[in-house]
Amino acid sequence: MNSGIAISMRNLCKEYTREEFKVVALDDITLDIAEGEFFCLMGPSGSGKSTLLHLVAGIDRPTSGSLGVLGADIADMTDRELARWRSENIGYVFQTFNLIPVLTAWENVELPLQLTHLKRPDRLERARTALEIVGLGDRLDHLPKQLSGGQEQRVAIARALVTDPAIILADEPTGELDAASANEVLSILTTLNRDHGKTIIMVTHDPRAARFARTSRYLDKGRMMEMQTPSVMD
Amino acid sequence: MAIPISYNVRNLRVRKGTTLMTALGIALTVAVLLGIGTLVEGLRNAFELSGNPLHLIVMRQGSTSELVSIVGKASFDVIKFEDGIAEIDGEPMVSHEVVSVVNLGLRGNPEEVANVSVRGLSQVGIKMRDDVQLLEGRWFDPGKREMVVGKGVHAVREGTSIGEKIFYGRGDWEVVGVFSAGRSAFNSEIWVDANLAGSDLGRGSGRSSILVRAKTEADAVALTNRLSDDQRLGLEAERESDYYAKQMSTARPIEVLGVFVAVIMAIGSCFAAMNTMFAAIANRSREIAVLRLLGFSRLSVLGSFMIEALLLSLLGGVLGCLLVLPLNGLEGRIGNAVTFAETTFQFRVTPFYIGIGLTFSVIMGVLGGFLPARLAARRDVLQSLGSN
Repeated sequence: MNSGIAISMRNLCKEYTREEFKVVALDDITLDIAEGEFFCLMGPSGSGKSTLLHLVAGIDRPTSGSLGVLGADIADMTDRELARWRSENIGYVFQTFNLIPVLTAWENVELPLQLTHLKRPDRLERARTALEIVGLGDRLDHLPKQLSGGQEQRVAIARALVTDPAIILADEPTGELDAASANEVLSILTTLNRDHGKTIIMVTHDPRAARFARTSRYLDKGRMMEMQTPSVMD
Repeated sequence: MAIPISYNVRNLRVRKGTTLMTALGIALTVAVLLGIGTLVEGLRNAFELSGNPLHLIVMRQGSTSELVSIVGKASFDVIKFEDGIAEIDGEPMVSHEVVSVVNLGLRGNPEEVANVSVRGLSQVGIKMRDDVQLLEGRWFDPGKREMVVGKGVHAVREGTSIGEKIFYGRGDWEVVGVFSAGRSAFNSEIWVDANLAGSDLGRGSGRSSILVRAKTEADAVALTNRLSDDQRLGLEAERESDYYAKQMSTARPIEVLGVFVAVIMAIGSCFAAMNTMFAAIANRSREIAVLRLLGFSRLSVLGSFMIEALLLSLLGGVLGCLLVLPLNGLEGRIGNAVTFAETTFQFRVTPFYIGIGLTFSVIMGVLGGFLPARLAARRDVLQSLGSN
């Protein structure tokens, strides 16, 4: 892997078989994403955006081609190795937040730290700090149902960053939010990228969201297209 | 690498209706098993406590119970001078006893009659029962038609209060006392003077059995062999404890039926637990996928859902134990197939049976929880993330 490259894809292909029909989700993708990049991937539904994110997160495996993430060839890892690697290197933010409904904001954020060797007081302290970073230091004991959509997504971001991963993957993070909440969430992602050096890969339909990224690319029917979008960071 | 237990506890609490119904199903199964167990334990306790290890009961050869045995006075006169017999107040501890039955109605329902054992014995015979003590009134006077009733009989049978009379043999016998024999089966008996009872029953000098207390364990062994081998007597000696242990066969059909019913119910409860857990997993497929995505392994997910199933079944187990707890100490009665009389006993909920109940519930949890937990662990993360 080249120095300074967080994610490196070479001739990456992903095919599915659905009801006897072969579906090409990703077709010969070659792409490098630099460390500390805020990268946006756009495209219509079914274009392969989320599939690419799943491959980078190691929850799906490519059909062919190579994929290096932070220098690791994750295609060769076992399920157990992948689980551990993911917990240390990847933070994931979903469109639908996917918080555990029976756990408080604090406990939701603490959850990934259960996989570390940190003692409970340290875990709680780190979870509190993560929630403070996203501006929810006063909502520690709230259950997800007691939070607004924007707040839930901020908790999800805190959960994604609490283990201090190098990469944060955000799958339509503003898809369920109103404009004001979306702006808050995108500002937090921008801060994490700019001030904390996190590499962020964001998938979105929303051109306004894409403007927060430094680089944007367009996927169509599994193929990567060039795209120029003015960034708010420029 | 474990998913916190609070996650499982709160999920059970959130689905409290389903949790409670499933736990109640398990609780009833545990209660049935424990109900039978405490009955059997109560009976076993009663029979075990009835036998003194140094006591020998001597009956006619081939007799299965005192009720069908006859032992003549001549044999008694031979036996009481045998070596190795303990003494009390200068007299050998040997009691020539007659056992028969009397029909008594149930308190509050005189139509419901049952056989109650009547034991005729001497003063030495009373002294030989160490745990026996008078609760009310006095002991019978020799030569008088007087009865002293065991507390088990007194509790459930009509006409057994002090001053009341019971027709037995050739006339009315007055109840003059109530005795307690600890938790032993003697509580189910009525005691009277042996000579008068023998005469009223037309047995002449013959009785049902001879109770002998050996001085030592070695004497007990020697006496058992000597008395059984003596061809002149035609008698058979056995440990009193063995004689009462055999009466546990009375409880065997109930024990078998109870365990059978409990096992059938347990299978149903396993399916109920399984159904509940399958529903929980179906509703939480996205959560499971998120946990996997956060880095929790398949094994952690399997463990977490197994713990949830175990918590559910343990809740049922605890409820089941609480359900049977009020049975502890309650008087029960059962027809004794050996003595053809009623035996009263106390239900006994012991820590051992509580342990059995909880273990049984855990087994149900493991059996009912494993398949759903395995399904949760094997769920495809991508598919689950796509499901609602």
